[in-house]
Amino acid sequence: MAIHRHDNHKSANAFMEWVDQRFPATKVWNEHLAEYMAAKNFNFWYFFGSLAILMLVVQIATGIFLTMHYKPDAELAFASVEYIMRDVPYGWLVRYLHSTGASMFFVVVYLHMFRGVIYGSHREPRELVWLIGCVIFVALMAEAFMGYLLPWGNMSYWGAQVILSLFDVIPFVGPALTEWIRGDFVISDATLNRFFAFHVILLPLILVALVFLHLVALHQVGSNNPDGIDIYENLDEDGKPVDGIPFFPYIVIKDLIGVAGFLIVYLGIVFFWPDLGGIFLEKDNFAPANPLQTPPDIVPLWYFTPFYSILRASTTSLLEAMLWINAGIVAWMWIRSKISIKAKIAFSILAAGVAVGLYFGSGKAWGVVLMAAAIVCFFLLPWLDRSPVYSIRYRSMPFKIALVLFLAAFFILGYLGMNAPTPGKTLLAQICTVIYFAFFALMPWFTSIGQTKPEPSRVTYEAH
Amino acid sequence: MKKLSLLLVTLLSASVLASSALAAGGHGAAVDEVHMNMSDKASLQNGAKIFVNYCLSCHSAEYSRYNRVAEDLEIPLWQLKENLMFTTEKEGDLMKTTMPADDAKAWFGVTPPDLSLVARVRKPDWIYTYLRAFYLDESSPSGWNNSLFENVAMPHAMYELQGVQRVVGKIDSATQEVDSHGKPIAKEGQIIVGDTIFELQHPGKMSSVEFDKAMSDLTAFLSYMGEPAQLKRHTIGVFTIGFLILLMLLCMVLKAEYWRDVH
Repeated sequence: MAIHRHDNHKSANAFMEWVDQRFPATKVWNEHLAEYMAAKNFNFWYFFGSLAILMLVVQIATGIFLTMHYKPDAELAFASVEYIMRDVPYGWLVRYLHSTGASMFFVVVYLHMFRGVIYGSHREPRELVWLIGCVIFVALMAEAFMGYLLPWGNMSYWGAQVILSLFDVIPFVGPALTEWIRGDFVISDATLNRFFAFHVILLPLILVALVFLHLVALHQVGSNNPDGIDIYENLDEDGKPVDGIPFFPYIVIKDLIGVAGFLIVYLGIVFFWPDLGGIFLEKDNFAPANPLQTPPDIVPLWYFTPFYSILRASTTSLLEAMLWINAGIVAWMWIRSKISIKAKIAFSILAAGVAVGLYFGSGKAWGVVLMAAAIVCFFLLPWLDRSPVYSIRYRSMPFKIALVLFLAAFFILGYLGMNAPTPGKTLLAQICTVIYFAFFALMPWFTSIGQTKPEPSRVTYEAH
Repeated sequence: MKKLSLLLVTLLSASVLASSALAAGGHGAAVDEVHMNMSDKASLQNGAKIFVNYCLSCHSAEYSRYNRVAEDLEIPLWQLKENLMFTTEKEGDLMKTTMPADDAKAWFGVTPPDLSLVARVRKPDWIYTYLRAFYLDESSPSGWNNSLFENVAMPHAMYELQGVQRVVGKIDSATQEVDSHGKPIAKEGQIIVGDTIFELQHPGKMSSVEFDKAMSDLTAFLSYMGEPAQLKRHTIGVFTIGFLILLMLLCMVLKAEYWRDVH
């Protein structure tokens, strides 16, 4: 392309022309902001996507300042965090922004995922947006887990010890794999150093790349809306959706309200209740790592506890119950299901394999399998959900009941995971584990029954 | 949808409250509630005085610096040097004990733990109760025992202030008289700490009320030392939140203006 010289008048335009001939700045700006159309009826739940980006930026920015004073060394790490808290000017603020920020990042991400489920944002054509989001969630868990070791407190140490030892249950290679990850026979300086490298370099890079892909995929198919309908079905004479408004400035300005409101909560916690009564900063983590002294209850931070509860719920009695459920499903299939004989035989062989595994496998091994499965379930959601409508506003009653049960089970599991187990609590965790998996396993069924409400042809919106 | 949001908020707040109550309460040992005022500089200064005189001989506070304590607690440097610095000459030094760790271990069986963060690991109520719960016990190696932390290796460092206590017995919750706040009322000549009833065998330099006040000052100081930033983060927080509320209102006005043409 020929490059033209311009006079100095209209220098801003000339400058942008100069840039645009060499880099698609205006094109990208228009496609992804000024002319990217979003539904005008975005509500409260739509704040959490931009807030998740905000938290990623906050964590990276505060993390950079923390690394300036933090020492990734088993002898110095704990003292260096206290040095940041006491001797570095406003180091306490940066540290609290980062530690509270980690928890708030998960709050935002969980609410963002929940928004997806209630408005059907995981459904066609947004399956890849959802899948990339699920990978972000897993990467974020890895990032948080490794970051939690770095203060080298006693709970950091023992939490990492417990979680890494889970890899031991992998057949044949487990113990060797665990040793390879730790770089030692126990959690040690070698583990701390590699976790530091992963936490500050590898995983942030992966997260940023995944968030970029998440947005690319989203902008390919367009944003969903609280009515779960396609705004491109109603176009004006210019071919623009009637219910759409440009992302910039409308949604950006609206998101600023969300940012301010969120910062009030986030900074409110940072300034007035940074440990949130032991939920965001555990009291046992104010004692340095001590390989000879196990804390009375080893519990992960709150955002892992639903999954940790599922892990702990896997006792011999749960395996027995699963054997019965397994047998029951096979019996039901032979008597009631209308699938072909071939499929029935194949399914029975699979079920027999699971039964052998349940009979001979340990509670711990199945706990790890269940915990992993609990996360994998999220990936399958776009294909498990068969409802003819997307949004909870028009969904059938069975879906709403199932969702409320799942939500209750998820919260109860989360609560139980923060506490030491008792026989009664373990039973409750087992019941909630069954509800958790039943939500996913039965989803194709309960999303296809019941009376849905008719979807509107235009989004529901009242101008204020 | 409103119902679902409401359910979510209810579940969220219920689990936060339940878990934080549980995390704060620990394992349910009977402890007395301490009344601290972190903005009362005189109380914190008195706590610092007791700390350097009675605690620092064996325990360190190895993340805390003398001059930082002086600055935060508004103690003039000359006073700090004359009255509070017994272990070093340099005001920028960390508050380390002069007792060698190996000797301490030989004498007490364990190295006395560092106290910089003790108030964040144990809670202030626990510390306040522990400090007042030492009693004479001839069967223990040091001659002392503690009703909150049975068979603790630490001897009673402040018996000259508190006096020497003997155990009368544990509180019987069925017959114990309580006041309107549910706090047990001690009988004449008796002292109740946690769930244990004591009586004074030898009086100390302080009365029971004075000693309780001194220990709440010391607890306040330990709590300050666990997190020096707590003295100023509330003030910064009030201004920050005030600014954010203003910002949010402005954003709402701005949004309303921009969205005027959306129908």
